[in-house]
Amino acid sequence: MGVTEGVQPPLGMLAELTHRCPLHCPYCSNPVELVTRERELGTDEWCSVLDQARDLGVLQVHLSGGEPLARPDLPELVTRASDLGCYVNLVTSGLGLTEARLADLVDRGLAHVQLSVQGADAERANLLSGAKAHDHKLTAAELVKRFELPLSVNVVLHRANHDQLEGMIALAERMGADRLELANTQFYGWALRNRDALLPTREQLAAAEPVVRAATERLRGSMQVVYVLSDYYEQYPKPCMSGWGAQQLTVAPDGTVLPCPAATTITTLSLENVRERPLAEIWYDSESFNAYRGEDWMREPCRTCERRTIDFGGCRCQAFQLTGDAAAADPVCRRSPDRGLVDALLEAPHGSNEFVMRGMR
Amino acid sequence: MTPRLCRGVRLTYDHTRQTHVLLFPEGVLMPNATAAAVLELCDGERTVPDIAAALGERYAEVREDDVGDVLARLVDRRVVEWA
Repeated sequence: MGVTEGVQPPLGMLAELTHRCPLHCPYCSNPVELVTRERELGTDEWCSVLDQARDLGVLQVHLSGGEPLARPDLPELVTRASDLGCYVNLVTSGLGLTEARLADLVDRGLAHVQLSVQGADAERANLLSGAKAHDHKLTAAELVKRFELPLSVNVVLHRANHDQLEGMIALAERMGADRLELANTQFYGWALRNRDALLPTREQLAAAEPVVRAATERLRGSMQVVYVLSDYYEQYPKPCMSGWGAQQLTVAPDGTVLPCPAATTITTLSLENVRERPLAEIWYDSESFNAYRGEDWMREPCRTCERRTIDFGGCRCQAFQLTGDAAAADPVCRRSPDRGLVDALLEAPHGSNEFVMRGMR
Repeated sequence: MTPRLCRGVRLTYDHTRQTHVLLFPEGVLMPNATAAAVLELCDGERTVPDIAAALGERYAEVREDDVGDVLARLVDRRVVEWA
């Protein structure tokens, strides 16, 4: 294995076990072209991915999707990852998480559950998820607490639920969450397709700020509140992935290995697959992982910018989406010559409030 | 007052990096050798003097104050709590 100089082993792996999901959230970050069941990796292949990932240095395994509970071999994969010494995190909608299934997963070494919440009440949440999901989530949260696992509640914020922010914080408290992530929608996959209807207004974001600040203060010590900004409205880009190929990798349901969960966005990037090449070679030697690693790929204004060690030039996928060039500065950056593209999106009159709900073909 | 790992925090040894690691829901910490030795004794039963005494059998000149300082930093990072 030729180890590229200075490249550190990855700490975390997002294992997207399947794109199948009982929910149809219009803000889903999965690609619009979803991987079908027939193309999913089999159990032995996922076990091999887990083995290779641990050898490579992965310590955190996020079992995600789609809905990971849709995979009947989930218990086996939890056992494998846990036996390897990984911290196993289940990222779930909560649908299908029965007491018997959770008891089994905990027994097999599951360490943490991340539960998605779409709205503060059943009516809104079910509308946004396109499924009768809300009550299942309340049950799932109760089970996670009963088994004394740490619980994180994940909320994706957008124009159609910002008004319920306080209600969703209260809901996370009632659920007994240890951590609440309030993340404004990042526009990839289905979320990009629905951007017109999802982009929050400046007024919504301004109203959210004191609410989040007060909750963070009030809940200090009992529930950690993490707020992810709506980056289009920011002056500087997010430090996407803590740098390309720096700490994390994603394995898609069909075995494609991605430097960033949204990397299929960059259609010029040639991605590799664990079915064809060992994971370690992909991490260290592949064109895709080395394409935007470190700083050599940067041009102006990033190359000489003092913020390049803070935000790593921002998001490569967003740069490609908005400018057609993945090596451009993230156009969110006020120093980007393409910032006008983002401003135009913010200034455009709100389009339709209608969503294209995420669905399988 | 007996320190223990917070709920959801696990201490393990990483053979890839040849170091102890603390794993928790959203992150990984790599404690130095001193902190790792203290963490291994944080079982919710031992007090700070107990931990200092246990370490004293393995290392020279272990002071209770130093153990307390290490623990205070781990509490700040929200990986250790007082039982």
